[in-house]
Amino acid sequence: MLANKTVIEPSKGWKFIDFHELWKYKDLLYFLTVRGIKARYAQSVLGVGWAIIQPLFTTLVFTVVFGGLAKVDSDGMPYILFSYLALWPWNYFSGTLSESANSLVANAGMITKVYFPRLILPLAAIFSKLLDFMISFVILLVLLIYFKVVPGLGIVFLPLLLIQLLLCSLGIGMVLSAMAVQYRDVKYALGFIVQLLLYTAPVVYSTTAVPEEWQFVYSLNPMVGVIEGIRAMFLDRPMPWEWIWPGAIVGFILFVFGLFYFRRMEKVFADVA
Amino acid sequence: MSDTIIKVENLSKRYRIGLQEKKADTFAQQMVNVLKYPIDNFRKIQNLGKFQDNEEGVHWALKDVSFEVKQGEVLGIIGKNGAGKSTLLKILSKITEPTSGRIEMNGRVAALLEVGTGFHPELTGRENIYMNGTILGMTKKEIDRKLEEIIDFSGVEKYVDTPVKFYSSGMRVRLGFSVAAHLEPEILIIDEVLAVGDFEFQKKCLGKIEDVSKNQGRTVLFVSHQLGTINQLCNSAIWMNNGQIEQLGKTRKIIKEYISSISDIKSEQFEATGIELEKQYHIKKFALINTEGKASLNFGTNEHIKIKVDFGFSNRKNNIEIAIALFDYNENRIFTIHEPLFRNNTLLDKKQGSIVFELPPNYLTPGSYHFVATIHIPHLESFHLIEKVCVFSIVETGSNFSDYEGINIGVVFPQYRIIDDYV
Repeated sequence: MLANKTVIEPSKGWKFIDFHELWKYKDLLYFLTVRGIKARYAQSVLGVGWAIIQPLFTTLVFTVVFGGLAKVDSDGMPYILFSYLALWPWNYFSGTLSESANSLVANAGMITKVYFPRLILPLAAIFSKLLDFMISFVILLVLLIYFKVVPGLGIVFLPLLLIQLLLCSLGIGMVLSAMAVQYRDVKYALGFIVQLLLYTAPVVYSTTAVPEEWQFVYSLNPMVGVIEGIRAMFLDRPMPWEWIWPGAIVGFILFVFGLFYFRRMEKVFADVA
Repeated sequence: MSDTIIKVENLSKRYRIGLQEKKADTFAQQMVNVLKYPIDNFRKIQNLGKFQDNEEGVHWALKDVSFEVKQGEVLGIIGKNGAGKSTLLKILSKITEPTSGRIEMNGRVAALLEVGTGFHPELTGRENIYMNGTILGMTKKEIDRKLEEIIDFSGVEKYVDTPVKFYSSGMRVRLGFSVAAHLEPEILIIDEVLAVGDFEFQKKCLGKIEDVSKNQGRTVLFVSHQLGTINQLCNSAIWMNNGQIEQLGKTRKIIKEYISSISDIKSEQFEATGIELEKQYHIKKFALINTEGKASLNFGTNEHIKIKVDFGFSNRKNNIEIAIALFDYNENRIFTIHEPLFRNNTLLDKKQGSIVFELPPNYLTPGSYHFVATIHIPHLESFHLIEKVCVFSIVETGSNFSDYEGINIGVVFPQYRIIDDYV
């Protein structure tokens, strides 16, 4: 008897993602990620240069408007560095949200014609954004050198924060992409919601501006911890764990919920896409 | 038992079909509707995937379908549009879930419901081979190994590093099929994808499928409207109708039954009535008989067709003739037969007789034909003329021209031989 036995039955209830199957399709994940990157910058003169220009100009505008005109407090560091340290992870986060939310709808043709673990699509969307994330790190390096800032030992925690960032993006991305298949409203709502979300995280302002009694609620936003943590480690300040852990828990819950929700919705994708 | 590779049990699938919108008849009502629109819409969209029993607007695309496929079998699935063929394939290929029932499959499954899924116009041919291949379930290593072969088979070597957006649609199909043709699953599921592409390439693909099933023992499930192709490739077939299996068995038999069912003409033959029976010489019955001895109006290209004419008469006369002419769909006369009515045949009695003609197989090409028949004394007197009788169809069942289905190839297959051949 052949080793590969498949049983097809109507599925019931909540199920967890089949990681074994996901692993079998890892090459597809790789090529979809590459496709995402290549397709994004195909036939553009500057190519990946856009991954630098976009955050750079946003930072410059923020520096002029919030740092220069509105004189927002930046914890005593140059405003441009202050805001870029936040924009670096934030841009990745907001970029993955719109990219992954759209990933299933944009590939409806594939969903209705071939079977593969659907989770690959939002995953590829999130991974293909990683290139931009790494490229925009270059600007950060330039800024650090220019302002002669030496990161502290806290930098060893960077991978941890990046994982939190990734889990959070993935969790929300999975939920949004699954919802977007059925409710196209997601696509239209997301554009401005992402803009509004910017103000729920300490991107343009400092956490010191948040009233004390609201600080815990505020820190439930996983991005707050990520941004605060990254600022602290690059500027050699003590790690603000009190900002990080609530968000880390929320991020993890979001991720697990996303896995279940996606799996539950997965079966109707081909019928309603 | 051990060689059953696919086992389908009581498979059902239902879909929701759009319900008609409620229309407002007053302006005020219309305004209310506009305000309520998001709520109604939300309910409607939310219910896209849910069902209540006995609900309106629910369509059963498949109902209680069960069958088994043995290893190495090539199974054709035929049926009208909307019979549930594609739904069945979609469930078998895991694209959509069944509503109830169960399928067991032993082996790696690859489904080809479309050629070139996942192709991105901005990527080159080579990159798209990897893209498409991994979507179909191949690993990068497998593709690496077969890359040369795939490029070779597609015949687009020259452009393999050009973005696919500059390809002609034919080139895209070739490339897509080449990838699919190099899959090595134990079970291959193919939907009507061969209908695209040029003849030469179609033929190449069919050859490849044949090779895969015959020489490598793969199991193939194949949906097509081209009965000739099915007949050529498949050893057994399933005929689906209204989401259920109408019949299942040997391809030849199934196709035959299927063809006779799609005919929309009720009366199988001509039968004289009333005043006609009082004519001095008359045709009592005019029927076409198939190889099983039954009256039919549907024949395969490879079947003998018998024309049986029963006639009645008052007295025997030698100069009386029976004439039969065959016409095609466009009323072009294809041939005429003239034979004396009274031959050396033993007449059943003094009042009636019958005569049977036989047409050879592989004579008429697929299409619709009909007869005109008469009993007469040439240039003198016509006793009984029946027009447009026995409108019958010839269906492709694997002739030399089966690859050309749907193309006008004339009404008869050529009878010739090559007597000299210069090189």
